[in-house]
Amino acid sequence: MKNVSKRISCYSADTAGICSALYELGGLTVVHDASGCNSTYSTHDEPRWFDMPSRIFISALTEADAVMGNDEKLISDTVKAAKDLKPEFIALCGSPMPMMTGVDFDAIAQEVERRTNLPTFGFSTNGMATYLEGASEAFYTLSLYFSEKREQRADTVNILGATPLDFGLNGSVEAIKAFLTENNFRVGACLSMGASLNDFRMLSEARVNLVISQSGVKTAKYLYDEYEIPYVCAVPVGKFFSKQVLKALEDPSEQVFKNGSGSEVCIIGEGIYSKSLASELLYKGIDANIISPLETDKGVLSQNDAQVYSEEDIRAYLKEKKPKTVIADPLYSFVIPKGTKHYPLAHFAFSGRCYTSKILNFIDREIDIQI
Amino acid sequence: MLKVCPKKNISEITSEAGKGFFESGLEYNPPARGVWNIVHTGMLIPEAHQIFVCARGCLRGVILTAAEMHAADRLSWVSVEEENMYDGTLESDVVDGVSEIIDGLEKRPRAVLVFLSCIHLFAGCDFEAALDELRGRYPDIDFTDCYMTPTMRTTVSPDVKMRIQLYSLLEKREVNKRAVGILGNDIPLEEESELVRIIKDNGFELKTIHNCKNYDQYKALSECFLNITFLPAAKLSGEILSKRLETEHLYLPSCFDFDELDSNYKTLCEKLDVDFSGVEKERKAAKQALKKAFSVVGDTPIAIDFAAFARVFGLARLLLEHGFNVKYIVAASAEQEDHEDFCYIKEKYPDIEIYSPVNVNMLYMPQTEKGNVLAVGQKAAYYFATDNFVNIVSEGGLYGYHGIVRFCEMLTDAFLNKKDRKRIIQHKGFGCDSCIDEV
Repeated sequence: MKNVSKRISCYSADTAGICSALYELGGLTVVHDASGCNSTYSTHDEPRWFDMPSRIFISALTEADAVMGNDEKLISDTVKAAKDLKPEFIALCGSPMPMMTGVDFDAIAQEVERRTNLPTFGFSTNGMATYLEGASEAFYTLSLYFSEKREQRADTVNILGATPLDFGLNGSVEAIKAFLTENNFRVGACLSMGASLNDFRMLSEARVNLVISQSGVKTAKYLYDEYEIPYVCAVPVGKFFSKQVLKALEDPSEQVFKNGSGSEVCIIGEGIYSKSLASELLYKGIDANIISPLETDKGVLSQNDAQVYSEEDIRAYLKEKKPKTVIADPLYSFVIPKGTKHYPLAHFAFSGRCYTSKILNFIDREIDIQI
Repeated sequence: MLKVCPKKNISEITSEAGKGFFESGLEYNPPARGVWNIVHTGMLIPEAHQIFVCARGCLRGVILTAAEMHAADRLSWVSVEEENMYDGTLESDVVDGVSEIIDGLEKRPRAVLVFLSCIHLFAGCDFEAALDELRGRYPDIDFTDCYMTPTMRTTVSPDVKMRIQLYSLLEKREVNKRAVGILGNDIPLEEESELVRIIKDNGFELKTIHNCKNYDQYKALSECFLNITFLPAAKLSGEILSKRLETEHLYLPSCFDFDELDSNYKTLCEKLDVDFSGVEKERKAAKQALKKAFSVVGDTPIAIDFAAFARVFGLARLLLEHGFNVKYIVAASAEQEDHEDFCYIKEKYPDIEIYSPVNVNMLYMPQTEKGNVLAVGQKAAYYFATDNFVNIVSEGGLYGYHGIVRFCEMLTDAFLNKKDRKRIIQHKGFGCDSCIDEV
């Protein structure tokens, strides 16, 4: 069965992706789920929880309210909290039980908006899709609502798709900003770490968008369609690949990724990050490819890369391809064949707090991986 | 930043036992992680494997609970997709998924705890049929039904249910009239507690799940002629097990009232048919410990949270009656057993402030100025932003007069020495291994 795992972890869910994407934006985010279910997000998906308060709450859904369709409780509790906490917007998202009962989040959002006069968004998440889908919808929905037509600035680049789920809190996102600034770009919006709601309003000022995870792709496509802003999917890791990213930002039509067969190194992880790291290794003369167990834009993957999702399929792929080294989160160790070297590169969306010292910052720096 | 903290003076509260002090609403989750969850509890059965069948969002918390406690090899999962709920494969997915996992495990488990979630129960999944099929396929493995059903918390909470299911694999055996069990507590009682000593000093064998090194020892828990519970959340577990195995059960609640403690010990001695020699020495030691702690702590404001002890108002009363300045209590309600002490405090100390543990406005509580506070419990330490705190959840293995002596030592130490609050309270599962300490 494709949805079975004996040992490895699973990636964060769509609801966590929404909460993570909206965390710093001054909103009120309500997950419609049972009391206590917010501890999964606040413990394992959100490294900012202790030091940076954010208005992320749970509706404390009960069996009786679910069965009886008591949407009024969610509405009135949200309105009351908004009155106390005065957020800039409200987001409501679902979980498995509301999916079962068919809760209409768009309708509830409309009613909350009517009572609060605050922009309110409903997300029909069900806890069954990945964090990338949730974060993607959050970025896209707010971009659609808040972005404004502004004069484009030739030196400005937006960063799309930044959440701690993909980049941790190890300074990678700050390093990307510094890298761009040092190379004569002005950083516009960053969706959404070190950001505010105003970042969404100024999205159209950019000449180009740098998409650093799959969660930013849908917004990038929208900004291209709406404001004709081209985009580059890449993370400026390593000393060689980061230079290619600069070239692509100057000329987004340029192919940024290199493709390899993975005879030496296979990287497992989020598509855009992994492909960027594989490209850096290829520039260094190391044959690398990637396995993406998460949704990844078609333009990112080559035919030599693999999109496989289950523990069983990942194990079979590695057994067949026999790379010398696998770069992957430490919780993948169980599926890596004996005799194959495992270089641990932790991913917060996979192993949470377990290996935070192994969430590495490779931005614009020499990468020395012994294969 | 808003500073509307949801507090009430105790005198304003007209609550009945078990009824909430505060209006229900959206809930905040403070980053205090010491209270055990169903994964921690399930891990107490040696040689057992846990398999969760649920949505990705629910899986994440249980998988990483196991990973953090270095027990990822004892938990597997089957993720549920939306179509699985409607395509008639609800039960067969459970059977096939669990079978695939068992067949692929390097070591055959002696028992498998299969956990289903809210949506399975809501969809009417025939759990027993699925387990019967698994029992037929794997006659060498014991299976039991477990539940991750927080939506259903208003009937039997997942915490109470887990404590019941933890002993559901025990089968009726010939009882040993010299063996006594203590059930349902996550954290083992300290050896010096009177409860343990009365049992052992009178020549009885004490059996607990914490002492079981293998599955056979776990199964032998059913030989106890008497099982004792002392936590409210464990009482039902003891009652159900004793009824099923036709053994005896005593509920000797953890408490802070000296007469109630004496009564508990007398009841135990009667049941064991041994002389009750009295606990005067222990009672005196507890009084002296309270006096000594007060001489150090003085009138420092104290905050206590509900997760530290089941009878939070009982503890508050004990401290208040011995001169301590208990000023704040973080609790959502006073449960039946604690209600008398709640009423006493309400009458005698009407200015004590009660704080909601989950109200949305508690989000900003750590940023509000409260001066120096000595906290009891992780949530109190977080909300009152103090590094002077007693790190304890779910009684922390304390019971009786010895427990009071130990608590006084811990309170004094907390007053004198600061702790690394951020690291300690984020450690998941009090007393369990944690990989996050290694980073």
